[in-house]
Amino acid sequence: MNPQRAARLSLAAACVLPAFACAATPQPDKADTAWMLVATALVLLMSVPALALFYGGLVRSKNMLSVLMQVFVVFSLVTVLWCVYGYSFAFTQGSAFFGGTSRLFLTGLGDTFRDEWALAPTFSKATPMYEIVFVAFQATFAAITCCLILGSLVERVRFAAVLIFVAIWFSLGYLPVAHMVWYWPGPDAYSEASQVASLNASAGYIWQMGALDFAGGTVVHIDAGVAGLVGAFLLGKRIGWGREVMRPHSLTMTMIGASLLWFGWFGFNAGSALEANASAALAFLNTYLATACAVLAWTFAEWILKGKPSMLGAASGAVAGLVAITPAAGNVGIAGAFVIGVAAGVICLWGVTALKRRIAADDSLDVFGVHAVGGITGALLTGVFNSPDLGGPGAVQDWVTMTRGYPGILAQLWSQVKAVGITVAWSAIVAAAACKIADTAVGLRVNEEQEREGLDIHSHGESAYDY
Amino acid sequence: MKLITVIIRPFKLDDVRDALTEAGVTGVTVTEVKGYGRQKGHTELYRGAEYVVDFVPKIRLETAVPDARVDVVIDAILEAARTDKVGDGKIFVTPLDHAVRIRTGEIGEDAL
Repeated sequence: MNPQRAARLSLAAACVLPAFACAATPQPDKADTAWMLVATALVLLMSVPALALFYGGLVRSKNMLSVLMQVFVVFSLVTVLWCVYGYSFAFTQGSAFFGGTSRLFLTGLGDTFRDEWALAPTFSKATPMYEIVFVAFQATFAAITCCLILGSLVERVRFAAVLIFVAIWFSLGYLPVAHMVWYWPGPDAYSEASQVASLNASAGYIWQMGALDFAGGTVVHIDAGVAGLVGAFLLGKRIGWGREVMRPHSLTMTMIGASLLWFGWFGFNAGSALEANASAALAFLNTYLATACAVLAWTFAEWILKGKPSMLGAASGAVAGLVAITPAAGNVGIAGAFVIGVAAGVICLWGVTALKRRIAADDSLDVFGVHAVGGITGALLTGVFNSPDLGGPGAVQDWVTMTRGYPGILAQLWSQVKAVGITVAWSAIVAAAACKIADTAVGLRVNEEQEREGLDIHSHGESAYDY
Repeated sequence: MKLITVIIRPFKLDDVRDALTEAGVTGVTVTEVKGYGRQKGHTELYRGAEYVVDFVPKIRLETAVPDARVDVVIDAILEAARTDKVGDGKIFVTPLDHAVRIRTGEIGEDAL
């Protein structure tokens, strides 16, 4: 049970009785609520259709529907699991690694008949949000993280294996990392200095270290990128990899997908402020600017190194920039956005070329090279550019007085390194176990004939295009 | 009668069609094809993956002409399709035994 949330729920309930002084209980702001509902819908758009189109355009036409279908169904599956147990294990108080059971099946979020609602904390005192909004917002994060992994597995993975892998990895990979990074009691709980130590100890393990992750550099992108690479290793290479031509069948759709990702990412990053405030606006501009920087950086680097600036390069640069600015969005100033964007464009180009050749796994759509490499780049640079000396906002160090500060570049960078390391190890181990279980249960891959024929016909009984 | 089969660069199709019309050709069949000759293919780069594309897109035209007009038609095609660079294509002339217009049943050169 989460005592802070329970206390607030009972306070909110008490307000219907005239004997209590209701002015003491802050209610959610309507503008904040409206913004967060819109932001939630924007993050949904990032998965379906944006990510589905981005990935779908990159595969051969015989596998187009299988990619769209995997993204569509995984998104739905994770959403349902989130409401059954995911939210409770990620965002209620339990241990430092795993949440509790007080919100199983989303019980305790309010009394719909009496119109009384549980409230969740934001990052400002006396500024709660409806917990049902937070549940929905975070559901879209969990769902897109699992969809991101699919890019490593496409064109040969068995559909049933995808569902088993995702259910396991979501439960034991995503949920603990989300809890470790993001669960904390909220600012209103910190009312006296004497409580600080026990309140801090109730938060997630990585949150306690003081690691900064605004919108999910570790939880979403490093997590998914590492799981994807492990999956690609255990699944094996596509038949003909390195010998046959595996050209993307529609870079037009990939460009549409990348553009919709950029659009939806404003909900992802600016929404992670949880309020319609200056922090959201800063995250919005940083998301916009860093992405444009990364597009230019990737394009010019590719032009210089490979001879031609490609559309796929520009679209990949956009995603790399979006990934890298995610942990930084509201945690750095404009200078940070410039540097993180440019760095992401160049480093992720290296991630999908030279680094990929050394790894020699068939990470088909470069989930590791873009999301893990970009996520690590962003997570580490967040620690640097959070510094007020570099235009960053620092972070609240004392939640009783809401005093901001910055522990120094080396100290903050070390927190970021530890957060990255824990996420990489945790995700890799769970992904390997999930692959083994799915392989034993149904077999990870389709057979050779089915792979050559294409997953659309074999796994789904339909064709994407009538020609 | 002769069957003239022509392989040209795709962007030359309109020029060749106009030239053939001026040369008195009344019908042409056009197909999009891929092939290779002396013109090398090209490489395509998708992030880290580089693919050599050996087959170059071309247009194939087929037209049947009376023996007397073969040279005029060939000259018209040469004029219209040439860029003086490798990859301009080829003209093949083969003997044609018979022709029938399906609608009327006309045969031989009357059917062209």
